[in-house]
Amino acid sequence: MNQPILAVSGVDKTFTMHLQDGQRLPVVHELAFEVRAGECVALGGASGAGKSSVLKMVYGNYATSRGSITLQGRSGAVDIATAGPRQVLAARRDTMGYVSQFLHCVPRVGALQVVAEPLIERGMPAPEARERAAQLLTRLAIPERLWSLPPATFSGGEQQRVNIARGFITELPLLLLDEPTASLDARNRDVVTELIRGKRAQGTAILGIFHDAEVRGAVADRVVDVELFAAVTEAVA
Amino acid sequence: MNDAQPLLEVRGAGHAYGDRYGCRDVDLDLWPGEVLAVVGESGSGKTTLLGALSQRLSLTEGSIRYQTVDGTVVNLAELSEAAVRRLWRTDWGFVHQNPADGLRMHVSAGGNVGEPLMAVGWRHYGRVRAAAAEWLERVEIPVDRIDDAPVTFSGGMRQRLQIARNLVVSPRLVFMDEPTSGLDVSVQARLLDLIRSLVTELGLAVVIVTHDLGVARLISHRTLVMKDGRVIESGLTDRVLDDPQAAYTQLLVSSILQG
Repeated sequence: MNQPILAVSGVDKTFTMHLQDGQRLPVVHELAFEVRAGECVALGGASGAGKSSVLKMVYGNYATSRGSITLQGRSGAVDIATAGPRQVLAARRDTMGYVSQFLHCVPRVGALQVVAEPLIERGMPAPEARERAAQLLTRLAIPERLWSLPPATFSGGEQQRVNIARGFITELPLLLLDEPTASLDARNRDVVTELIRGKRAQGTAILGIFHDAEVRGAVADRVVDVELFAAVTEAVA
Repeated sequence: MNDAQPLLEVRGAGHAYGDRYGCRDVDLDLWPGEVLAVVGESGSGKTTLLGALSQRLSLTEGSIRYQTVDGTVVNLAELSEAAVRRLWRTDWGFVHQNPADGLRMHVSAGGNVGEPLMAVGWRHYGRVRAAAAEWLERVEIPVDRIDDAPVTFSGGMRQRLQIARNLVVSPRLVFMDEPTSGLDVSVQARLLDLIRSLVTELGLAVVIVTHDLGVARLISHRTLVMKDGRVIESGLTDRVLDDPQAAYTQLLVSSILQG
């Protein structure tokens, strides 16, 4: 039980920009931290320090240049840094969820369905999944008259809340959050804070970027400062 | 079916036109329920690869192994022509870029969808027609058009009809060659959405060739980037598109118009 859900060890990330004469942009070097069940770890550091890149490496969205990112799933461990596409997809289905800053809209699909989909894809009967989606949308103050409409037409704040509902509806061991409260008003920010605390209480491990200091203080156990692992920029001749 | 086995296992595959290779050294595995996008500009070898995978072009070198419905793995090059034809009737589909290449343009819509069923032994006219009507509905073609020929249909409707004609026999593997590229943008989005939901619902394995990275992002799990007949990068679609490693992939990604 005390095994970390996420163990990042010796991780380097360098972008090689082939269109700029192969210029190398080092982001992090020897990054190491762990997140355990029921723990919420915030990634800290100035804008541009590489916080989002770290989240994206953990999710398998960015390649890891070196090191290991070990995820402890319900059916064993996987190193996302070296895993093949099918293993990463399996980890996304069974072990980790990701709430991005923006909703990637699927054309023509209504909000309720957008939120219920992750449960249906994991085998829950559609009526039950939609019932849960309705509860979450209600909690996030999305009016019922919007539920059947595609979120592409919603305001930024409404889209973000639909996005949060979609990310929070599953119960996975690890949740990755990229600025979940950006573009939310105070009331909805409090609802999201409560949702995060609820996940923690259920034993979900959380790794997140929280720009808002108040939210961060309310949800995070500790902060991993990404700047402490900044890679030294290589001199460009 | 054995889920621990890929449906298609391609090793060192190449096809040469005379002494020039259209594609070469291609390794890939395709699993049941997986959508693989093959991207690259024209001349990159992606259509040649699709031709070789679907047995429309012979392999000059390498091998393609296919897991049949009863779980046995066969080497496609060793199958008889009759066995390959049987695969086309029951296991495989091919969606052409131009619907006219995959449809019988002067036969009714119902006939186009019903014909593959008759080819696998359906004889009862009423049932064939009912199945055809059901499929027209699934691809969002008004059922009252069932007796009209596709020559009277719009481009988007023709393409949806071609998809119905391919999926009506519940194939396991469908090849698609630029299925959306001849269509208006709004029609494209609708068609992609339809393909996406049908693929998930039916658990199809799909190899889709496209020059449009947006199409790859919307419907594929994995992406293979081709250039000069070779695979230069492959991986999870969002990884390939958001953190491309190869110089050429970076160029492709940076050339997308931001929408």
